[in-house]
Amino acid sequence: MEYTSVLIQFLNGLASASSLFLVAAGLSLIFGVTRVVNFAHGSLYMLGMYMAVWLSERIGFWLAVPMAAAIVGLLGAVVEMVLLRKIYQAPELLQLLATFALLLVIKDAALWVWGAEDLLGPRAPGFAGTVQIADGALPQYDLLLIALGPLVLVVLHFMLAKTRWGILIRAATQDREMAGALGVNQRWLFTGVFALGALLAGLGGALQIPREPANLSIDLSVISDAFVVVVVGGLGSIPGAFLAALLIAQAKTFCIALGYSKATLVVEFMVMAAVLVIRPWGLLGRVPANLRGPAAVPLPFHPPSPRMLRIFAVLSGALVLLPLASDAYALVLLTDILIFALFATSLHFILGPAGLYSFGHAAYFGLGAYAAGIFSLQGKFPMELALALAPLAAGLAALVFGWFCVRLSGVYSAMLTLAFAQIAWSAAFQWDALTGGSNGIVGVWPAPWLASKTAYYYLTLLLCAGAIIFLWRAIFSPFGYALRAARDAPLRAEASGIAVRSMQWAAFTIAGLTAGIAGALYAFSKGSISPEAMGVQRSVDGLVMVMLGGLQTLSGPLWGAALFTWLQDAAARNIDYWRAATGAVILALVLLWPNGLGSFLQSKK
Amino acid sequence: MKRLPVGALVLALLFLSEVQAQTIRIGELNSYKTFAAFLEPYKKGMELALEEINRAGGVNGSKLELVSREDGGNPGDAVRVAEELISREKVALLTGTFASHVGLAVANLAAQRKIVFIAAEPLTDKIVWENGNRYTFRLRASTYMQTAMLIPEAVKLKKQRWVIVYPNYEYGQSATASFKKLLSKAQPDVQFVGEQAPPLGKIDAGAVVQALIDAKPEAIFSSLFGADLQKFVREGKLRGLFKNTVVFNLLGGEPEYLDPLKDETPEGWWVTGYPWSQIKTPAHQKFLDAYRKKWQDYPRLGSVVGYTTIYSAANALRKARSTDPEKLIAALKGLEMDTPFGPIVYRAVDHQSTMGAYVGQLSAKGGKGSMVNWRFADGANFLPPYEEVRVLRKE
Repeated sequence: MEYTSVLIQFLNGLASASSLFLVAAGLSLIFGVTRVVNFAHGSLYMLGMYMAVWLSERIGFWLAVPMAAAIVGLLGAVVEMVLLRKIYQAPELLQLLATFALLLVIKDAALWVWGAEDLLGPRAPGFAGTVQIADGALPQYDLLLIALGPLVLVVLHFMLAKTRWGILIRAATQDREMAGALGVNQRWLFTGVFALGALLAGLGGALQIPREPANLSIDLSVISDAFVVVVVGGLGSIPGAFLAALLIAQAKTFCIALGYSKATLVVEFMVMAAVLVIRPWGLLGRVPANLRGPAAVPLPFHPPSPRMLRIFAVLSGALVLLPLASDAYALVLLTDILIFALFATSLHFILGPAGLYSFGHAAYFGLGAYAAGIFSLQGKFPMELALALAPLAAGLAALVFGWFCVRLSGVYSAMLTLAFAQIAWSAAFQWDALTGGSNGIVGVWPAPWLASKTAYYYLTLLLCAGAIIFLWRAIFSPFGYALRAARDAPLRAEASGIAVRSMQWAAFTIAGLTAGIAGALYAFSKGSISPEAMGVQRSVDGLVMVMLGGLQTLSGPLWGAALFTWLQDAAARNIDYWRAATGAVILALVLLWPNGLGSFLQSKK
Repeated sequence: MKRLPVGALVLALLFLSEVQAQTIRIGELNSYKTFAAFLEPYKKGMELALEEINRAGGVNGSKLELVSREDGGNPGDAVRVAEELISREKVALLTGTFASHVGLAVANLAAQRKIVFIAAEPLTDKIVWENGNRYTFRLRASTYMQTAMLIPEAVKLKKQRWVIVYPNYEYGQSATASFKKLLSKAQPDVQFVGEQAPPLGKIDAGAVVQALIDAKPEAIFSSLFGADLQKFVREGKLRGLFKNTVVFNLLGGEPEYLDPLKDETPEGWWVTGYPWSQIKTPAHQKFLDAYRKKWQDYPRLGSVVGYTTIYSAANALRKARSTDPEKLIAALKGLEMDTPFGPIVYRAVDHQSTMGAYVGQLSAKGGKGSMVNWRFADGANFLPPYEEVRVLRKE
């Protein structure tokens, strides 16, 4: 590379960093104060883009950008007041579910309003050309972005450091309860912060339209980038987010410049994994203040009541007898539901009793599925053997990744699981010889004696029920109680001789292994396996199932998995805007039963 | 008196089952939400074909019924949806799918469940070659065919330094591999001096364009589409990448991907596509008029694909005079039929149709993109010899 192109690529990186920073700053701000992991942040960004394209045809680009940002900020305020305010008291992560539902609704709303075709916005008047740098050219607009990022950083910093409002925000970030006790009106503070965060997202989107068409898939790609930046920078730290955006944008740019463009799929996650392993709270993050009071300690699980056991007995009986009375498709759908019930239960095992967050649980599901495919097609193992060995591969991966993840806590640990999941995903995506690349592995069918829908359904029922019972038994074993102690009072648990990390490590591995069973069953039921099986979407689906069912109930994941799978199937068949419909149902459930479906059942006993 | 309602009910049921017996169901699944820009016109095309066929009396004395489903854009959901179409909706055959991996998974399921599958849109070569099976047929010109259609123009230019940019998944990878292979064969002194494989939908256009400029290319082969293509065009124009290079872009002339470029359409690029407003053949004119009359909109390439898919199914059912899968396979092998693009054949050797594509250059005349200097490339002329295909299909 010549000197000029190094310089230009560096400036390219700076421009991308500014764009990244704008959207990440809002996310970081929102999380810092409200502890809401705003999954819909990318959707707000997307709305900013659409709004700006639409407005700039009417009032010109330069008016459209601030207008779009303001409208999105206003929308953020409305969302906070109507939705999030109602669920701050609910278990953590529930807000994740609510904002996920919001993402689905916003996506379909945008499709409905603006249509399916990508909308290319205008170039920015006055910044439509390039500047000459030696014998290369850089768009003027990139220079503007390069300046804008630090400008926003300075403004935000000034606002947080010098204004009264900023001081209140910092106080709330440091210690929410104390700020409340001192008479700070948290309601308006939260609304204001959420609106500001949304405004920044909208601004980021609006400013992007000269570089990128508004399109419907931007929301998910932006949100994952923004999460990574926020976590690498340190949650709640605005300068940290800036630094992280810089680091990640430059890493990506130079992957492209040096001819490793394929690595851009995963480089941000590698950076994140490396940063988190070395600095567990991100580049500039601080050890978060512990939440005080009884609200912070989740209620312990109870062994199922006799009434619950009767429900399970009846349910199991019905599931065993069902093939006698139903059509083949009901069995196919039920097989899916059982597999996801096991997947959700395995995730719940670490989320609930062990208190370890995971945003990347699909990795173990996917590894189980891929191992099954590779053993049976490439290894030419009999199907039964492949099915038996595949979960071990997933368990082994969980053993390795888990060692790192249990060293961290909270959202940091969750993001490290996500990083590992993305690295595993990109390995599956790129390793053509072993995994079939983007096509995946095709032709993974069960042995002839299991080929009929009924036979495979019974196999799935047997294995899933067995694994779920095993996980539940583990919760009420000494091991499970040790996990609970480690979750609720790690210091006391250590003092009483429990090896906290080892316990959590073991739990992580067990969860990975059982997710692997679900994955292997999935592969043989579908006949093929592709990278999606271990993508972010599947991890999110798992979280949604657990949260729908209720984190603090034993059987919640079953109901959550059943409802979510059935809902997707039924809605996608009957309703054009099925994503919005699914989102609306989830929102309704969140508002009606913030503790999940399982709690609804329990409360009636 | 009490018996009358029961009798009426029985009669009604008999009547209903009679009606049921008179319809033939086609099961269709596609990623409507993931690739909405292509698939909305596709659905309109299907509905037009269905209406025409049923107005003309249906097929084998039965009305055709289309049961269309969202496949969620991933193989796992697609297979479940296909199972539902097969076992609950009792469809006679399956059609549809967009992305390569979804198409391959459904094709494999079709072989497992012994039901005919006409893959409408997936472009992957594997679906009829390496992973081909006797139940799967494919309508559209494949990645290989469309790449091959651009080769004659590429060879004529005698450019030596080529760079390649493609979305990093099956379609882009195989387009790139085919292009390199075919061009090197026709022009042995060609050099490929740079390659960029951004993730689908996530191209960092500024950096990619700069990296390509650094490679000092004389010509570019791209298989970008959608948002990636728009970003690439804008940055490339701005930074002067296209000033002294000739660009070839697979699919770049398809209205789905061309129209959003409007006045920024790059002049002179060689593309495959669909110049719908300029095709004057009677077959196309008939389709165009009917489509505009029904939808008050112009057709995209997706419309032609959807329309022709349903006609393929109908013609196969007619020729087979049955819904039996084995008879349908026999009918589809070598099935000859007319399409808006002219006559096609579903080749018996690999189940690939000979549907062609239009090859031409882009122009931004009048503030919107169009194709000029175009010609129709018949798919039959851009397929490898039978012997090669047989080796690939492991037959």
